[in-house]
Amino acid sequence: MTVRIVVLAKQVPDPETPPSQFRIDESTNSVIPPNGVPPVVNGFDLNAVEAALQLRDAGADVEITVLSVGSDFVMDAMKKPLAMGADRLVLVDDIGLDKLDSSATVKVLAAAIEKDGPFDLILGGRQASDWDQAHVTLGLAEVLGLPLVSLVQKLELNGDSISLQRVIPDGYQIVTAPIPSVMTITNELGEPRYPNLRGIMQASRKKPDVFTLADLGLSSEDLTPKLELKKLYVPESNRQVELIEGEDEADSGKKLALRLREEKLI
Amino acid sequence: MTAILLIAERDDRGDISQSTLQAITAANSLPDANVTVVVAGDVADAASTLAVNRVVMISAVSAADDGIFERVTDEVAALVSSTAPDVVILSKTDFGSVIGARLAFRIDAAFAADCIEISSPGDSVSVTRPVYGGSALAEYEIASSPAIVTLRAGAYEPNSDSGTPEVESFSSGASGEQRASVSDTIMEAREGIRLEDADFIVSGGRGLGGPEPFSILADLANVFGGAVGASRAACDAGWIDHSHQIGLTGKSVSPDIYMAVGISGASQHMAGCSSSRTIVAINKDGDSNIFKEARFGVVGDWEKVLPSFIATVRDLKA
Repeated sequence: MTVRIVVLAKQVPDPETPPSQFRIDESTNSVIPPNGVPPVVNGFDLNAVEAALQLRDAGADVEITVLSVGSDFVMDAMKKPLAMGADRLVLVDDIGLDKLDSSATVKVLAAAIEKDGPFDLILGGRQASDWDQAHVTLGLAEVLGLPLVSLVQKLELNGDSISLQRVIPDGYQIVTAPIPSVMTITNELGEPRYPNLRGIMQASRKKPDVFTLADLGLSSEDLTPKLELKKLYVPESNRQVELIEGEDEADSGKKLALRLREEKLI
Repeated sequence: MTAILLIAERDDRGDISQSTLQAITAANSLPDANVTVVVAGDVADAASTLAVNRVVMISAVSAADDGIFERVTDEVAALVSSTAPDVVILSKTDFGSVIGARLAFRIDAAFAADCIEISSPGDSVSVTRPVYGGSALAEYEIASSPAIVTLRAGAYEPNSDSGTPEVESFSSGASGEQRASVSDTIMEAREGIRLEDADFIVSGGRGLGGPEPFSILADLANVFGGAVGASRAACDAGWIDHSHQIGLTGKSVSPDIYMAVGISGASQHMAGCSSSRTIVAINKDGDSNIFKEARFGVVGDWEKVLPSFIATVRDLKA
């Protein structure tokens, strides 16, 4: 029996963008995309793609669907999970969907999952690197009425249940969850694989299934934010570093220790 | 009056956690605050002297055996429905994040995660939260009630006052179910002091180039009786276990001295250590962001700087 896995993925500004290029348009409370730095799939979501692929590597018959909500999708970025080995890409693509708050995002995801058909597992990354809210996957579990296991670092399918390692401070728990369930995958799972050439070729030929809000029976009135963003700004740093310079690097190390002593820190 | 329900957590010694004590400070700062602290279990002990109005024990749930927090979520949701607080405050831990999110979506309430400031001017609640890995701050207004908020560790000073709260017990009466079960808990052996308790932390990043240099950092940590941390890059590369990871997706620490070696200082890393008293940076690249965050720094190769630093510290401490 095929296990159908939905992996939630989000297109985000590249988090490796140098801080010096990070700019905000304060009139619209939004981030100005840096020139020449294309968006990427949120890195934590690639951990979730990797988790799904590891289930396949372990011999399970899985179908992996990557689901995203947004606008202005950049296909080179969004096809990366396909190139890694995912089977399908489903995009909910409509005006303004890149600016939803998390409650609206959950509504759209739930509608898309219902529309796209039955599923067994829903996997999400532990958080997105743009708004860092880390609760879309958690909220989706609640809206769908499903069990949720957070911070999963290892998965193993056992017939109609799934055995998981869930990270806790200084250790982990072994959790058995039923199918269907929702889980967030943490980066302790390991680095997502790099797409190989064959994967990239296959991904280039695949076309995403695209839904609009109307296809899902939703309108923009259904997506009123619960949190009103009043102000977005870059905080000013008031720290002034004191650089310690010695005759050479070894002398700098010594002088650093002496300086910390002067400050009574040692 | 602002009615606040604060969901408490205990640390691994059974005491009320530092993050909960910080949340009490935040709650008490709201206008005309009336604070109810909720603890799992049927023993109030440490909670019974907190500087709050009321302590409610959720007797149906023991703090220890609720691995995926389903029953405690059910009980908290029932308590919120029956008491209609203006604000629900949790800590931004896994416990607080899961319960906060499930609660918010269950009762269709607004949820603001990982906040560093909360205030209530007039009828609404305002929160500030770091976004884009700490590169920016976002201020939100929440007009609906209750506002459900998780607070970042270190955002407020822990409350150290004591009081005489009324202590009550609550049970929704529901039998509740855990649809996933925890069959085992494996604790990894930890050498030395907890990162969260250390007064001195030396952390290594990508610039260390491999796993071996972490033994030098461990030597330095030993001299101070401190602990070794790492950036996510170093952990994901497998140079050191993820339990050492400091940052947005790792541990949040606030030692007296935080020494960053070969760490560029990306805002995601700084999110875990920016409340340290003194940040000291050693990095080859003088332009790296860590020098914008540090109080003292050496621009240079750690392989040359660190040995003489360690030797001098040993002499000073001898």
